[in-house]
Amino acid sequence: MDLFAWALVALPAAAGLGGLLLRRRDHAAWLGVGAPAAALVCAVVAGFGNPVTAFTLADFGSVAVSAALDLSPTAVAVAIAGALVSTLVQLYSVAYLRDDPRYIPFAAQVNLFCAAMLLVVCADDLVFLLIGWEVMGACSYLLIAHYAKLPAAPGAAAKAFLVTRFGDVGFVLGVMALGVSAGTFRIGELGEVSSGVATASMLLILFGCVGKSAQFPLQVWLPPAMAGPTPVSALIHAATMVAAGAYVLTRLLPVWPADLLLVVAIVAAVSMVGAGLCAFAATDVKGVLAWSTISQVGFMFAAVAVAAADTALFHLLTHAAFKALLFLTAGVVIALAATDGSLATTRLRPRSSPLAFWSMTIGLAAMVGLPPLGGFFSKEAVLGAAYEAGTPAGVVVFWAGIVASIVTAAYSARLWLLLFWRGGGEERLAVPRLEAVGLWTLAVGAAVTGALYFAGPLHVPELHLDLMALLLIATAGGLYVVADSWWRDRARDPNRLLGRSKGPLARGLYGEALTARATRTTARLASGAAMLLDERLVDRGAVEGSARATLAAARRTALGHRGGLVRYLRLSVAGTLLVAVVAIGVNLWV
Amino acid sequence: MGVILAACVALPLLGAALTWWLRRGDVGVAAAALALLAAAVLPAGRGDGWWHELDLAWAPAIRLDFSLSVDGVSWPLVVLTALLGLLCCVHNTRAGGPPTLTALLLAVQGASTAVFLADNAVLFFVAFEAVLLPMWAVIHRYGIDETRRAAAVKFALFTVAGSLLMATGLFVAVADAGTADLGAIIAGGGVGEGVSLLVFVLLALGFAVKAPLWPLHSWLPAAHTAAPTVGSVLLAGVLLKLGTYGLIRVAGGLAPDGAREAAPVLAVLAATGIVVASLVCLAQAELKRLIAYSSVGHMGFVVLAFAAGGEAGIKAALFANLAHGLITPLLFFLAGAVKDRTHTGLLSELGGLRMAAPALAGLLGFASLASLGLPGLAGFWGEAFTVYAAAERGGAWFALAVVAAFGAFLTAAYLLRMLKHVSHGPPSTAVAGIGGVSAGEAAVWSPLVAATLALGLAPGPLLDLFATGVL
Repeated sequence: MDLFAWALVALPAAAGLGGLLLRRRDHAAWLGVGAPAAALVCAVVAGFGNPVTAFTLADFGSVAVSAALDLSPTAVAVAIAGALVSTLVQLYSVAYLRDDPRYIPFAAQVNLFCAAMLLVVCADDLVFLLIGWEVMGACSYLLIAHYAKLPAAPGAAAKAFLVTRFGDVGFVLGVMALGVSAGTFRIGELGEVSSGVATASMLLILFGCVGKSAQFPLQVWLPPAMAGPTPVSALIHAATMVAAGAYVLTRLLPVWPADLLLVVAIVAAVSMVGAGLCAFAATDVKGVLAWSTISQVGFMFAAVAVAAADTALFHLLTHAAFKALLFLTAGVVIALAATDGSLATTRLRPRSSPLAFWSMTIGLAAMVGLPPLGGFFSKEAVLGAAYEAGTPAGVVVFWAGIVASIVTAAYSARLWLLLFWRGGGEERLAVPRLEAVGLWTLAVGAAVTGALYFAGPLHVPELHLDLMALLLIATAGGLYVVADSWWRDRARDPNRLLGRSKGPLARGLYGEALTARATRTTARLASGAAMLLDERLVDRGAVEGSARATLAAARRTALGHRGGLVRYLRLSVAGTLLVAVVAIGVNLWV
Repeated sequence: MGVILAACVALPLLGAALTWWLRRGDVGVAAAALALLAAAVLPAGRGDGWWHELDLAWAPAIRLDFSLSVDGVSWPLVVLTALLGLLCCVHNTRAGGPPTLTALLLAVQGASTAVFLADNAVLFFVAFEAVLLPMWAVIHRYGIDETRRAAAVKFALFTVAGSLLMATGLFVAVADAGTADLGAIIAGGGVGEGVSLLVFVLLALGFAVKAPLWPLHSWLPAAHTAAPTVGSVLLAGVLLKLGTYGLIRVAGGLAPDGAREAAPVLAVLAATGIVVASLVCLAQAELKRLIAYSSVGHMGFVVLAFAAGGEAGIKAALFANLAHGLITPLLFFLAGAVKDRTHTGLLSELGGLRMAAPALAGLLGFASLASLGLPGLAGFWGEAFTVYAAAERGGAWFALAVVAAFGAFLTAAYLLRMLKHVSHGPPSTAVAGIGGVSAGEAAVWSPLVAATLALGLAPGPLLDLFATGVL
């Protein structure tokens, strides 16, 4: 069993590293699809035994890092989701990037990414987990920068890596503080830490998770990250990267001091509602989906805020299915419509590609939370957990969740109407077969993940009929508002409902531009000051200054030795007199 | 095994003489290869503590003995020196460089190995000084035309000033302890309490110049920018290690009490160095100068970890030290390859390397990721556990842990900025049409890549080795 646990991480990692050295495209494709598929098999097999395995990786004396894997049933569930989505993304990419000259490194990097996520999911040691955590960030950097000809790509990639790494300043400090206090990094053994340390370190770790999951206030990296190829967006947004933050929080829930969960609740509430509004205003297909991810991950954080770990994971799983479906379908739709993905131009008749239409419809319906699709059950579970919690955090996330459900319905309906019901070419368009496989599988997945509610490793709250009704009313309200606007004037985008705030919201309230400018200015000032200190003061001032001073002193001294005979005579007379006076003086004194 | 210890030092020196005499670079390569082999077999038949010792009288009147010894702390550095020496000789010979340069490189290698192996304070000093001359010649004779003379003078004066203080410290220690046997003084708990702080400060000043510790670092960017590629590689991979090794083994070993007293000062300077160097890198316009400044930041981590102390701190310092010795030479090799092809190191004139030479850009990306401390690569363990060691001290030290963690973020920022300028975007005129990575280059770089990966994935064996060291 242990072997499968290790193979789960090692196979895609080895395939990723080895794949970088490949020369032939077909080899890369086989390795690309094969490795996550093998990992998927390993995850399923490991699910029967739930192995826990560890050995010491690095012994630093007072503390040791173990390479520890713990494939609990919930971890296996998330690992299966991650491996499955990666496999489908790889399969999809074979077709999607068929003309791309940089496909070979791409496939390898996706495998590394997958391995990193699986490591985060299975690791039972915080420093070991950190390896996967940061390798994932680095892979996102490489993958977002994939398109060499896209001017925005390198900046977006660097932003994704740096913002998450900024969060990781907190994450690393939190992990180290926990390690110092508990004497171990094993998640299962973190029991006895003092409340002060737990407070500080969990807030620091939360900061890292907020960065990774693109929650408020570190959400700025996710919308630009869609500069990467669409399958990468599917990977980052669905079962990996952004989900990792929420996942790690659920793992560490036992350490959280209960009162502090209100902080998580506030982060979740702002992200859920704010990002939902931004999604409603966004002006391109992937933009809507990117903001919706932030909002949906907010639901996972909301479940964490009421200490309902399994509920958060339940939403993580349903979200993985429908968000991967939505992104892959968006790639298909944009390719079929042959546009840049802007909502103003992208349109497709449902008859042109029934597969794309139905995939998008199922994905959006699942995201909105229409029964009996997956999203319905998981959202109901989140709200149910918040309702049952009865804490201030519960109240905050409950009402934020209701508002966010209205907004979710609104932006999903808007996207659906704008994409499919504004005409477009009449001809029937074919979806490449490998891409179709992904859409079919994920559409089924998005439809049936709700079944995890009834059978599966997750312990989620009972169904509440009243909450279910409230959720459906909220959803219906959101749908109605958009439908009403649409019927009144089909020529206009329903986001006119937002009035004057439309523009700022579409740009994420300028959060990205403002932080970028603030960061640049700070960096320029700080590095200017450092240059001044280092080159002017230290190097030219102290170091070369002392050299100059030495030379000047040498010159002075040399001058003293270059006088004429008269000067030397005067000096010796003066010296003799001085010695004589001193000698006489000393004699008299004594 | 004493013979092999001597061979580790003698082979490169002999190779240097032969190379210079015969004017043939391949002789130097052979000597370097043999030296690496000799270094590689040292662990055979080892026990705990000192593995092997060699003790020959040289000039007893001044307490100078030719005594060498090796343990778990010095051996990895000896191997690193031998490896980098070999790679530099191969690089220089393959590129058709002058045999005299190969001879000088071997001389640097031999003298540095003697520093790492020296078990006698006076021998340590002699070897430490002996490194300076050939290195000075490398920069002075084979550097870039405009700056090489000034850079060489700055390097030499800085180092000599440092070593004179260091020598004073060593002689005070020898006088106090009554023996020059380093191992014996360390085993005896160091020098007496009265002179401990004095000895430590004198020694630390000398080593801080070499390490270099901010603000005694300003010779380094100049020397790196002016030095030829192989010079930069040895400078970063070996010479800086003399400073940190001296600080940890000699200064920390001879004057542990003084080290404890001076630790806060060292730590604050190291943390300042991390931040200032990173910020300077953020605005740096030249590739090699940027990597040189990044060294100041990385060595700041080493000194900070040493100052924080504890077993975790010392191990983190030694690990970060070695990791830097693999990653930064790789970066310098790659920067040299870029500069050789494009004839410019200005970031503003580079760009699009990813399109023009994908393998070179890929390696540069790998080295940058390693340098910014990506977990799973060698740079991570030392720097992450520097944060741990500082956090472990608690109190005000936690602020230094925060600074170190933030410094790691800044490191990522400036390396990504560098990659953005060098690798991404459309190929610039300087970059367009350059050649890819040749087989020879790949052969020189691949050991460094492999070692970076291996140490990152399996840091355990090296850490266990450090645990057996005599400190």
